[in-house]
Amino acid sequence: MYLTELRNGQTAVVKDIEGGGGAKDRLESLGIMPEKKITKISSHFWGGPVTVMIGKTKVAIGHGMAKKIIVEN
Amino acid sequence: MEKKKKQILLMGNPNVGKSAIFSRLTGARVTISNYPGTTVGFAQGQMKLPDGERAMIIDVPGVYNMFPISKAEEVACEMVESGDIIVNVVDATNLERNLFLTLELREKGVPMIVALNMWDETKHKGIEIDIEKLEEELGVSVVPTCGLTSEGIKELVERLETLKAKNFNKLKRSEKWEETGRVVTKVQVLHHHHHTLVERLEDISTSPGLGLPFAALVIFVSFSIIRFVGEGLIGYVCEPVFNDLWLPVMEKLSNLLGASGFLHDILIGKLIDGQIDFGASFGLLTTGLYVPFAAVLPYIVSFYLVLGLLEDWGYLPRLATQVDNLMHKIGLHGYAIVPMILGLGCNVPGAMALRLLENRREKFIAATLMAITVPCMAQIAMIIGLVGQRGGRYVALIFGILFALFVIKGLLMNRFMKGSSPEILWEIPPYRIPKPKAVFKKLWMRVTEFIKEAVPFVLIGVFVVNLLYIFHIIDFLSAVFGPILTGLWGLPEDTISALLIGFLRKDVAVGMLGPLNLTTKQLITACVVLAVYFPCVATFIILVRELGVRDMIKSACIMLLTAITVGALLNFLL
Repeated sequence: MYLTELRNGQTAVVKDIEGGGGAKDRLESLGIMPEKKITKISSHFWGGPVTVMIGKTKVAIGHGMAKKIIVEN
Repeated sequence: MEKKKKQILLMGNPNVGKSAIFSRLTGARVTISNYPGTTVGFAQGQMKLPDGERAMIIDVPGVYNMFPISKAEEVACEMVESGDIIVNVVDATNLERNLFLTLELREKGVPMIVALNMWDETKHKGIEIDIEKLEEELGVSVVPTCGLTSEGIKELVERLETLKAKNFNKLKRSEKWEETGRVVTKVQVLHHHHHTLVERLEDISTSPGLGLPFAALVIFVSFSIIRFVGEGLIGYVCEPVFNDLWLPVMEKLSNLLGASGFLHDILIGKLIDGQIDFGASFGLLTTGLYVPFAAVLPYIVSFYLVLGLLEDWGYLPRLATQVDNLMHKIGLHGYAIVPMILGLGCNVPGAMALRLLENRREKFIAATLMAITVPCMAQIAMIIGLVGQRGGRYVALIFGILFALFVIKGLLMNRFMKGSSPEILWEIPPYRIPKPKAVFKKLWMRVTEFIKEAVPFVLIGVFVVNLLYIFHIIDFLSAVFGPILTGLWGLPEDTISALLIGFLRKDVAVGMLGPLNLTTKQLITACVVLAVYFPCVATFIILVRELGVRDMIKSACIMLLTAITVGALLNFLL
């Protein structure tokens, strides 16, 4: 499923990131890449960003980008 | 020729405390400069090495890695080539993500040392790092530091000269991630720790339900403090100083100069009913000093105090997350709120912060919105002072109009400009309790900057006003532009003088409306037009640099058109 569909507070493992290398590189910079554990903290209404915890870092991801991140829990 | 100074590069992820270390290393000799020919700024300063040699130290913009994704990374990559020593600043509370850059940097073959920063925070976060083991694993010197309290800085400096260049095997990207994972498990032990109050607050401010009310509360409290401190300083410090100490001196000088004449007009200005009026006389020593020091400075102090607290606390990225979806509707993303907030202090740093926005469309929209609808604190202070005398609701009306313009202009530009706003992706730093010393230091820097940068402009502005009147240039311009002003906006012809000075300083321009005896309606229209029609020259220069000439011309056309229509609408509706 996509990161947007994950419930708040749940932890999952990143499986794949769809889309171009630019988005992949930017996500990787912050440590978001396949086989990494990711915990969803919150999502915002009206297509707002998704906030996640990755390692010790809290990251805000735009809704469009979060829809490209495939996770499995 | 002078021997080339050693170049020391401070490099690391964003928000790991590089600048704090930078200011510790350089002490008072900090010079902030802009890197020519690029859009990404960096600071450089000097420091003394233990053997007395002077070295150049450069605060490189924060990057996560050396992938050429954005301008900041490109600049960082270029700079590594010219460095003699790299000080890699690492956030000790976030070792895993930070070490990736460390592994990339060590391959560059430049002598390098790791400053394991925020060391003090590891203790209460339950993180234990074995420094010796980390040095061994990385093959690089490691010194624990705390930029804010200067712990470890001395040792860092002492070790700088002992560093030697080493060669490391070049690892592939995936191998580097594996390596960071391996190193971290070897050197770091995590202990369980309880959620602190600060961490609970964090949860509130990013939660979807409570986040927005919390943001509203923060903004309300911020403005309340700004008003309270600003008004307090004016009422209890600035007004008394000017009225009880400075006024008698000026009265003596006025008598000495014979109460009129060229020199009197330039220095003291016109007497209003035989009295000096600091707001309306428009002499260099009266209005020229009163505007910056008594009307504007108090609000500059209060605004930057609150802004500094918000910045150090770590709230701005959270606010950006909260408003992201709303900002998308006007063609921006959440982070664009940061330049706007800085712009409320002064449009110049606001315009510089537009660099945070990568894409040209977004930059254009943000720059245009800021120039049109975000008045600077100097202008706000003058509007509060002048329009406030007619009633607080008129002040509110002016800011309401500007906010409505912000929304309408944003919606329109988003609708009619090709492209879409980019997706956000940013790190939300942990909350930190602001350290009073750091907050006051920053406040002091910003306030002295205002005094150095703004006061000369205010004095020039007041001087030019006098020349315009003395040489009857205003009469000529009033005749030329009068039809627009009176016919379209319902303003008296002399308001052209304020519009003219508005290019130089908006606060002086608002101040010039005072002696014109405008009706409340005219005053509101004039204040809005002054805010909207064009940025001041200092902002204009930065905007040209950030946007390029072509986009700036387009943006300026939008500004002028907006001023004409909004002024006419207000004249018609009010």
